[in-house]
Amino acid sequence: MSATLPETPATSVPAAAPNQLFPFVLQLADTSLILAHRLSEWCGHGPVLEQDLAMANIALDMLGEARSYYQYAAELEGQGRTEDDLAYLRSAVEYRNPLLVEQPNGDFAHTILRQFLFDNFHYHLLRKLKDGPNAQLAAIAEKSVKEAAYHLKWSSEWVIRLGDGTDESRKRLDKAIATLWRFGSELTTPTATETALQEIGVLPDYAALLTEMQAHTEHVFAEATVPLPAPVFAQLGGKTGRHTEHLGYLLSELQYMQRTYPGLTW
Amino acid sequence: METLEKVLTPEEQFQARIDADIRIEPKDWMPDAYRKTLIRQISQHAHSELVGMLPEGNWITRAPSLKRKSILLAKVQDEAGHGLYLYSAAETLGTTRDQMLADLHSGKAKYSSIFNYPTLSWADMGCVGWLVDGAAILNQVPLCRTSYGPYARAMVRVCKEESFHQRQGFEVMQTLCEGAPVQKEMAQEALNRWWWPTLMMFGPKDADSPNTAQSMNWRIKRFTNDELRQKFVDMMVPQAEFLGLTVPDEKVKWNEERQAYDFGEVNWDEFWAVVKGNGLCNHERLQARVDAHEEGAWVREAANAHAAKRAAREAVAA
Repeated sequence: MSATLPETPATSVPAAAPNQLFPFVLQLADTSLILAHRLSEWCGHGPVLEQDLAMANIALDMLGEARSYYQYAAELEGQGRTEDDLAYLRSAVEYRNPLLVEQPNGDFAHTILRQFLFDNFHYHLLRKLKDGPNAQLAAIAEKSVKEAAYHLKWSSEWVIRLGDGTDESRKRLDKAIATLWRFGSELTTPTATETALQEIGVLPDYAALLTEMQAHTEHVFAEATVPLPAPVFAQLGGKTGRHTEHLGYLLSELQYMQRTYPGLTW
Repeated sequence: METLEKVLTPEEQFQARIDADIRIEPKDWMPDAYRKTLIRQISQHAHSELVGMLPEGNWITRAPSLKRKSILLAKVQDEAGHGLYLYSAAETLGTTRDQMLADLHSGKAKYSSIFNYPTLSWADMGCVGWLVDGAAILNQVPLCRTSYGPYARAMVRVCKEESFHQRQGFEVMQTLCEGAPVQKEMAQEALNRWWWPTLMMFGPKDADSPNTAQSMNWRIKRFTNDELRQKFVDMMVPQAEFLGLTVPDEKVKWNEERQAYDFGEVNWDEFWAVVKGNGLCNHERLQARVDAHEEGAWVREAANAHAAKRAAREAVAA
């Protein structure tokens, strides 16, 4: 870009500096990739063929979304790194996904509850991002929000089936709630990066999202005949690189080829 | 025509339709043996799609790039989809998915033996697409014209997706062969392991295939096992040469007179051992399916129980 030409602002709100936007876009990318990875672990082992297909389908959507974010992040960084460098050559402490998505699949009830907590946030976030001031994020959100609407419908219906199914399914759902509920709040607890982006209007205020998310949770849990869980101590840290022990194992598998054979084209 | 039908038995009328290449549909009369043969073949094919998800699923979490991961996941998802159409096609013959799965789990029903071999390196994802899907296409393209309508129609869609799978497998191999020496070695090593098992995918020699004659007569099958195996070798040897790889068979040689490649004898002892359940992965593949089914029982029960509760509530409300 020529130094003599004045920069034209793309939008009416102040543009986010790349050094603020880069870590946030990376956070979105890591989040989608790690959850896609977990879902893909089910492939061939689902409880019934239709649900095997559904989980592979959601994994594929999330992987596609992750790639869009990584490509945008690489562009923002401008250091010549590629989507694969960002995904395959960063360590666990450099990963920025919230703790929820790295939690192991457990049984189908754990997978469903993890998905429900995430989808409820993801869908409502994308609805805001698609109308947001950042054109690139808006374009990715526009495409992904349609998929996320289906994901949320799928996981909500399963929470209802498991909650209002058999005694066993209810017991398993209760156990999943006891294990995973503490990871839900991190999604809507802004980091310093997110707060900075909220202040300049690139990101929506999470308090507003929470109202919509809460309403949906209440509706689904009522249908599922499951009492709303009492608030629990929130586990935070993934978005700033402090992860549970599970992530290291996940990455050692995900990154195996790139680490074993550095610098090759596949 | 009416007078003709009066003198022909149902079996003769059925065979006349087959001979005239008129498709048999679910409600048409068909001999019991035809029905049984088709249920066996279609369910075996559906089970192969289901079990076939496992060896490739084994590499989804370790795929070397995001693009490759995405393609592989989509491919395995297609296989689950093929399984669904094929189970549905078999159900039109009067069986149920539960029955077919019970037969798979008990070992009564078979699936393609090729999936009893392990996937050990990334190049195996290339070989499975290039060779295994290549062999599957040769087996399956004629099935688009098979005499039973629902099977033929399912196969049209399956074949379209399989040919995409085969191209991507070849492209994985090509990328390896054009890459670093370690990648080319990986490709050759995988070809060494997959070549003979893929030749076995066409089944026993014609002389040892008791069902072939009847299946050809019913136009369920349109080529014999040996004919298809020859076609496969003729197609693949030049492709391996193009990649700069060597097929692990010293007897492979172009025969000018036959206008086809000569090739060595398949190790039939290994073939029968794997068919009988003694391949390296037979136990774990079948166990993985049994486990998924048993561990998923409570999920299926919950879905049924919820649907019943909902129906009861709606009945009260109405």
